[in-house]
Amino acid sequence: MSPSHASDVPVYNPRNYLNSPATGLKSWLLTQDHKRIGVMFLVAASVFFAVGGLFAMLIRIELLTPGPTIMDAMTYNRLFTLHGVVMIFLFMIPAIPSGFGNFLVPLMLGAKDVAFPKLNLLSFYLYMLGAVVALYGMIHGGADTGWTFYTPYSTTTVTKVVPILLGAFILGFSSILTGLNFIVTTHTMRAPGIGWNRVPLFVWSIYATSIIQILATPVLGMTLLLVAVENAFGWGIFDPARGGDPVLFQHFFWFYSHPAVYIMVLPAMAVISEVVCAFSRKNIFGYKAVAYSSLGIAFVGFFTWGHHLFVSGQSAFDAGVFGVLSMFVGIFTAIKVFNWTATLYQGSIAFKTPFAYFVGFLFFLVFGGMTGVAVATVSLDVHWHDTYFVVAHFHFIMVGATVMAFLAALHYWFPKITGRMYPEGWGLVGAVMVILGFNFTFIPQFLLGNEGMPRRYFSYPERFWALNVASTAGASVLAMGLVIVLVYLLISLKWGPIAGPNPWHSRGYEWDTASPPLPENFEETPVYTRGPHEYDEDSYANPPPVAPEPKHAS
Amino acid sequence: MNDLLRRMLFLPDQASDYARQVDGLHYFVIITTMVAAAGVFATAIYFFVRYRRRSDTDVTPRVEPKAIHEVIFVGLPLAFFLVWFAIGFPQFAKLQTPPKDAMDVYVQGKKWMWKFAYPGGPNSLDVLRVPAGRPVRLLITSRDVIHSFYVPALRVKQDALPGRYTQTWFSADRPGRYEIFCAEYCGLAHSGMIGELVVMPPEEFDQWLATQGRGVAGSQDGTPIAGEPVRPASNVIEEGRRLAGEQGCLKCHSVDGTRHIGPTWVDLYQRNEKLQSGKSVQADEGYLTKSMMDPAADIVAGYQNVMPTYQGKLAPPEAAAIVEFIKSLKTPAVQSGPSEGPVYESIPRK
Ligand code: HEM
Ligand SMILES: [Cu+2]
Repeated sequence: MSPSHASDVPVYNPRNYLNSPATGLKSWLLTQDHKRIGVMFLVAASVFFAVGGLFAMLIRIELLTPGPTIMDAMTYNRLFTLHGVVMIFLFMIPAIPSGFGNFLVPLMLGAKDVAFPKLNLLSFYLYMLGAVVALYGMIHGGADTGWTFYTPYSTTTVTKVVPILLGAFILGFSSILTGLNFIVTTHTMRAPGIGWNRVPLFVWSIYATSIIQILATPVLGMTLLLVAVENAFGWGIFDPARGGDPVLFQHFFWFYSHPAVYIMVLPAMAVISEVVCAFSRKNIFGYKAVAYSSLGIAFVGFFTWGHHLFVSGQSAFDAGVFGVLSMFVGIFTAIKVFNWTATLYQGSIAFKTPFAYFVGFLFFLVFGGMTGVAVATVSLDVHWHDTYFVVAHFHFIMVGATVMAFLAALHYWFPKITGRMYPEGWGLVGAVMVILGFNFTFIPQFLLGNEGMPRRYFSYPERFWALNVASTAGASVLAMGLVIVLVYLLISLKWGPIAGPNPWHSRGYEWDTASPPLPENFEETPVYTRGPHEYDEDSYANPPPVAPEPKHAS
Repeated sequence: MNDLLRRMLFLPDQASDYARQVDGLHYFVIITTMVAAAGVFATAIYFFVRYRRRSDTDVTPRVEPKAIHEVIFVGLPLAFFLVWFAIGFPQFAKLQTPPKDAMDVYVQGKKWMWKFAYPGGPNSLDVLRVPAGRPVRLLITSRDVIHSFYVPALRVKQDALPGRYTQTWFSADRPGRYEIFCAEYCGLAHSGMIGELVVMPPEEFDQWLATQGRGVAGSQDGTPIAGEPVRPASNVIEEGRRLAGEQGCLKCHSVDGTRHIGPTWVDLYQRNEKLQSGKSVQADEGYLTKSMMDPAADIVAGYQNVMPTYQGKLAPPEAAAIVEFIKSLKTPAVQSGPSEGPVYESIPRK
């Protein structure tokens, strides 16, 4: 039997989490509904993304000419620090897990909510508190250390690092609570029929992310506290002038922050696995390989931090070990890339906006990943370390993966979250501009790094000029693309056509309820007799439910 | 071929054999990366076209991987990655093991300049002179925060850590001048912390070093030195130099012509300084002294009013000594006098 078409006549579910039990501000701020909390995270993270993006544009404009362009060196140094802090701690780490994860994980597990709804709300408020504390520091002085806070610079600078460190410390708790919640939810709240081999790939990746969050974040918390203490009271922990060890900080810091990269990338992979299946209408090629490689990345991610310290006086032996271990992350990523590509084989591919972002994602991940292994090749990294090559590399991975996936998710689940559709034509225009603009921004930065331009440079020798202009031009296209996306999504919130419960004919479990979902997700606990990514003829004999009513036990 | 690829990838000059070897690996990595990526993308694009959705009711078959697929997916990248590593790691190990006959230079980073000291000999700011064709071991440390000594043309970089020595080495193959950057963010003037590596013909270098070793003030016109008449350093000037270091003047004023937080002192004496007010003034003894005691009075055009006053901190003879020191600074890139480094035990050689 072929998929049913009943959903072509969309119905807006009259009772949903957006209007029930109430619509007032208070009903949102005090909600324990994972969906509302997820939406609040998404809105907040998007605002911070815009703020970080604004800083990025200012940075690029400053670098348009070799000397000072629109600001002085101190302002620039604070600006790139804020850009990094806002993007990493306020956008990338929470956006997908705390935003989409909160919204989707219970839906994908057929659960009514997360395991600890109150902790979930607390997690949101810790996030806001951390953001406010950090922003306070930024407005009153701002730090000039880079988001890496390397000692002894950060413990001796006169700028206001302490509030920003405390802000990041508080944000860490939010991250830990969310991770904890997801782990318990995944273990205990799966609907009947969802064995471990039927857990949606999105949830697998979020689960792996959560493990990293609860294991690594405390280390960062401790480290940031130590820096704050040294900065405020002058204890000799990292500053050699007081008997401390400056490299110790780097070990601590990267022990968290390298796995943190996977806190950003794994959720992106989570989104992509879902998008690939839905838009090629195929079951995933190698479910187990894709699911377990997430755990592999989470595990190996803890043993690679030393690749940030190749030129810090580390022994050649250490460098060798960290170099090889780093390559394993590349292998696990390669497995996913190959499996996603193979999933397309014999599929039925609809080139919609989320799929366009998947294509961008694939491109960026392959180049970001390959250049990652290249910088793990120790002798090459000596030349590239702390140059624009590295800036381009981590933007390819982090923006390429996280932002592409964030945008893919925003479009793919827009009908789920709002019950409405965005305009497809504009969606593709936005995607093309974002992807091209992104390439024009960062490919020149790879070349700048080759040429030797160090990062965090306020001004630069003239031979770097042309490539910097190219990069700034690309950034403008990228920014324009993002503005277009923002505008049509905001318009669609109110005026978008009604989407119906499952406009993509997706087989993901989260589509088995109304869009937007009921306040309690499902009227009855669903029971599953099929996997979450099954599109082959057999499982299609049992078409996805399309009425606004949730799927019942079959 | 090398040159073509190097230009395509925007790599800088290769000032050493080591740089050429590293670039060789770079080309190999970039080519394998591009080929692999092109393979993935070509396959993906073929699938997009071949399997585009034809009708809204398409159904697709279930395709499961065979063991062989997963073995290829893991094995192929692993093989390439390990080959990269197998080439790159010995290169790195080589960079970590200076040859026994290497000449030592002590390098000290401080906000925001590089200071080089030759054992028992001279030291200089921001200009590192080395002989071509001979291995040079750098023993690197920092006075304040972490800096990173980076010469793109040599493909060499090493962090400068306060309270510790790290080392690296190179052997530049022909005379030339190359940029030295600071690659680790170190504050306000991080991007201005640029030095110069001057690779000299070995004989010239030996002569230069010998001249410097005798503790002279260096040449008058800035050209490298051979058999210059020796002008013994006067005690007043030495005293001025010491005071300038001690009082922190040299944190902002360079003595070799590089631009810093404050105007350089080289050739400052009798120079016509343009002021922010639009006036200009001749830098005579009176102006120099006044600038120490009331720096805000005449700000030189293009600089900030950041200098503290030394009123009451410098006794008149001390100020005079510093003025004499400034008067003695005539373009030489190198100061004489005994080396001020190293402060720590040097790292034992393997
Ligand atoms: C319009 C897009 C963007 C542009 C043009 C841009 C540009 C830049 C530039 C010029 C730097 C400074 C590099 C340096 O001097 O070290 C930088 C740093 C950074 N960017 Fe972006 N960026 C953009 C978007 C993003 C996004 C979306 C993220 C994260 C999701 C991000 C994360 C970072 C991080 C983590 C750093 C390092 C900060 C540091 O070095 O302290 N950027 N970016
Ligand atoms: Cu520096």
